Amino acid sequence: MDGAAPLFRMEGISKRYGGVRALEKADLTVTAGSIHAILGENGAGKSTLIKVMAGVVAPDEGAMSLDGREVTFASPAAANQAGIVCIFQELSLIPELSVADNIVISDPPKRFGMIDRKAQRRIAKEALARAGASDIHPRALVKDLPLSRRQMVEIAKALARKPRILILDEATSALTAADVAKVFAVLKRLRSEGLALLYISHRMNEIAELADHCTVFRNGRNVASYPAGSKSDNEVVELMIGREYSHIFPPKPVAASAAAPVLEARNLSWADRLDNISLSVRAGEVVGLGGLDGQGQRELLLAFFGVLRGLRGEVLIDGKPVSIASPTAASHGRIGMALIPEDRKTEGLMLPMTVRENLSFAALDRLSKAGIIDRAAEQRLIDDMVGLLAIKTAGLDIPVGALSGGNQQKVVIAKWLMRQPRIILLNDPTRGIDVGTKQELYQLMRKLADAGAAILFYSTDYDELIGCCDRVLVLYDGAIKRELVGEGITEHALIATALNIHGDDRRTGVGGKA
Amino acid sequence: MKDWRYWLAEERGTLLAFGIFIVMFAIYSANHPAGFTANVVQTAANKGVLLAFVAMAQTLVVITAGIDLSVGMIFTLTNCMASWLVVGTGLETTFGVLAVLGTGLICGAVNGAIVIYGRLQPIVATIATGAVFFGLALLLRPVPGGSVNEDLADFLTGRFFGVVPASLVALLVIVLIVWVPFSRSELGRAAYAAGSSETAAYMSGVPIRRGKFLAYTLAGLLAAIGGLFLTFFTYTGEAAYASGNAYTLFSIAAVVLGGVSLFGGKGSAIGAIFGALAFRTIGDLLFVFDFDPLWQPLFQGVILLIAVSLGAFALFRVRNRLEWFL
Repeated sequence: MDGAAPLFRMEGISKRYGGVRALEKADLTVTAGSIHAILGENGAGKSTLIKVMAGVVAPDEGAMSLDGREVTFASPAAANQAGIVCIFQELSLIPELSVADNIVISDPPKRFGMIDRKAQRRIAKEALARAGASDIHPRALVKDLPLSRRQMVEIAKALARKPRILILDEATSALTAADVAKVFAVLKRLRSEGLALLYISHRMNEIAELADHCTVFRNGRNVASYPAGSKSDNEVVELMIGREYSHIFPPKPVAASAAAPVLEARNLSWADRLDNISLSVRAGEVVGLGGLDGQGQRELLLAFFGVLRGLRGEVLIDGKPVSIASPTAASHGRIGMALIPEDRKTEGLMLPMTVRENLSFAALDRLSKAGIIDRAAEQRLIDDMVGLLAIKTAGLDIPVGALSGGNQQKVVIAKWLMRQPRIILLNDPTRGIDVGTKQELYQLMRKLADAGAAILFYSTDYDELIGCCDRVLVLYDGAIKRELVGEGITEHALIATALNIHGDDRRTGVGGKA
Repeated sequence: MKDWRYWLAEERGTLLAFGIFIVMFAIYSANHPAGFTANVVQTAANKGVLLAFVAMAQTLVVITAGIDLSVGMIFTLTNCMASWLVVGTGLETTFGVLAVLGTGLICGAVNGAIVIYGRLQPIVATIATGAVFFGLALLLRPVPGGSVNEDLADFLTGRFFGVVPASLVALLVIVLIVWVPFSRSELGRAAYAAGSSETAAYMSGVPIRRGKFLAYTLAGLLAAIGGLFLTFFTYTGEAAYASGNAYTLFSIAAVVLGGVSLFGGKGSAIGAIFGALAFRTIGDLLFVFDFDPLWQPLFQGVILLIAVSLGAFALFRVRNRLEWFL
């Protein structure tokens, strides 16, 4: 790092949205051939900083220079031209177009003024190979690919533009563990080729593995900059949230819940994705679903919630077999189930509608008399929820899309809590949200369990499973491979079972320390 | 998956429309008193290409996730213009054709400018411009009348080598010089991208505005080509309100039959052409089965419902209910 002239520099950058200050005289220096991690809670200004760099938003004040020359970017295309390419957290792929179309989208190869499809395919194949994703067919439509594959296409697309500065904003949040390893290898190679990489992630272990240099943002300012590895995780987290960071996970109850099971599954199978699953969740219990991404965890939650057709096996509520034909049936009456979906933007919220409308959608039947909504009752319940979850919003009547990611997720949760559900299914609810909000969610989850809810919690973050759950069921290829209980929930046991790398001799040690 | 399977998946809508058309046309010509003769094909082609041009125009706009409710009126306006201008000597006729096509381009460009730069909803903007275009048509032709260069008209509506309908050849030529370059150009892809996901396209640095503007403008041109052919078939110009509106609505039906998604980003003008030909054949079927013409709208509606439902059959096989909404 020493002596190298900075490739890119931002000085005194400020940006306001209405009355909200997103960036306040922020500085950043990027050097070639290094990986620079940007840390901070959601709302700390990281996203805005990147958007300024990538030409998506124009700063109110401040200067940027590339190779020592002052630059301004009028559009993402202009930033791309200058060699700054961003992989956004919100995917920038076009669903109806093919993988190859997407990879070359900003500058397709042309012959006689028309797009040269052969050259396009060649470029796409090369880029996919460079990103370590040769298994993706260039002609496949993006909308047919699962989230983790799309993310790999996104990375290939960025590489095809031959960037000098590559920005990754939560680029690994949707990836499977195997893909993360591949992407890391690619990123390290790019660093050795002299690229400057900006890496944004909420996962501390990723930053520890990758970064050369770290900058922490808080409240729109860069508060600290230090060489990677020179601060402990705890120190870093304190810098990020600006307060003592001690007990992120609430204490677990000492004795296991002895109540009768509220939710049970017997020999549940569906297509080739769920294989003979039996489990039970008691009132007051938080049961985790672990394993690699895409091993049937989502399908299992959807099966309980009445979304899947052609389900075999039995679902029991309070010990009685039921057949749940739709989410409406699942959430109503004596079942009282709620699902906090994974993709809050499509399955959880109606982004252009107001916070108020979004909050009351799932509970409208409870709030209305003879089909007319009781406004006063609605308001009371909404006030309760906004208070309970500490949702930060400029008002109830602004579009929910204007809230930060963490607050949007709180709205999704609040929306379902308005029904006072007895069974709560959570599908990776903390993906892409900041540490502070995560902590609040963990506490909320325990509070709901203590109040008698049965909680089934899927997470891709092992720390969460270890910190929050009374029991963890590890899925592999649609089947439950192992149940971990209490002290037996360790990172080692989780990972080993998730990868299904140990033989039966290991699996006999259920509940013990692996 | 093999390459050809991807190809099949991409062209599914077009192939389905082609299949529907072939089946309908087979039933039609098998039951036609004259059978499958050059005459029957020529008549069917001449009726079909009018809607085919308008449906191609509609396709371009629908791909951008918009809709053009003025195509039928551009079609009517250019018909009225052609009945004044496409007459006289070869040079005068050429000038007239160019003026008519230029008018179509301008109409489309106006639509595009209002929608893209004025940021109005396409549905509202094109209802308004459609009314304006019809008003202009009415000023040009308060009563039906006018004429057209009959040599040119007969040439383009007749048959080549005694068998190939000239109008189909014209349609093919237009596909080759308008649709194929558009669909393979960078701006054409930008139109698809904007229709599929405008924010993702913007983030990727795609020239969204120019792509959409081109789509609207070419839509105007294609509608004008349709208007020109209408003049060639009828030898007159008429500001017919009902017919203009019918063409607009039929073009939407044809586009849907042709596998073009009204949500944007998906489909091809080739599919829409077969959709248009199939839609026209529905009407002709009535004729060969000797139905009372009073039954036509009802019959046409029912067949259309059945045809568009074919595309929805896949939903019955969906096992994850969330896929219903994709």
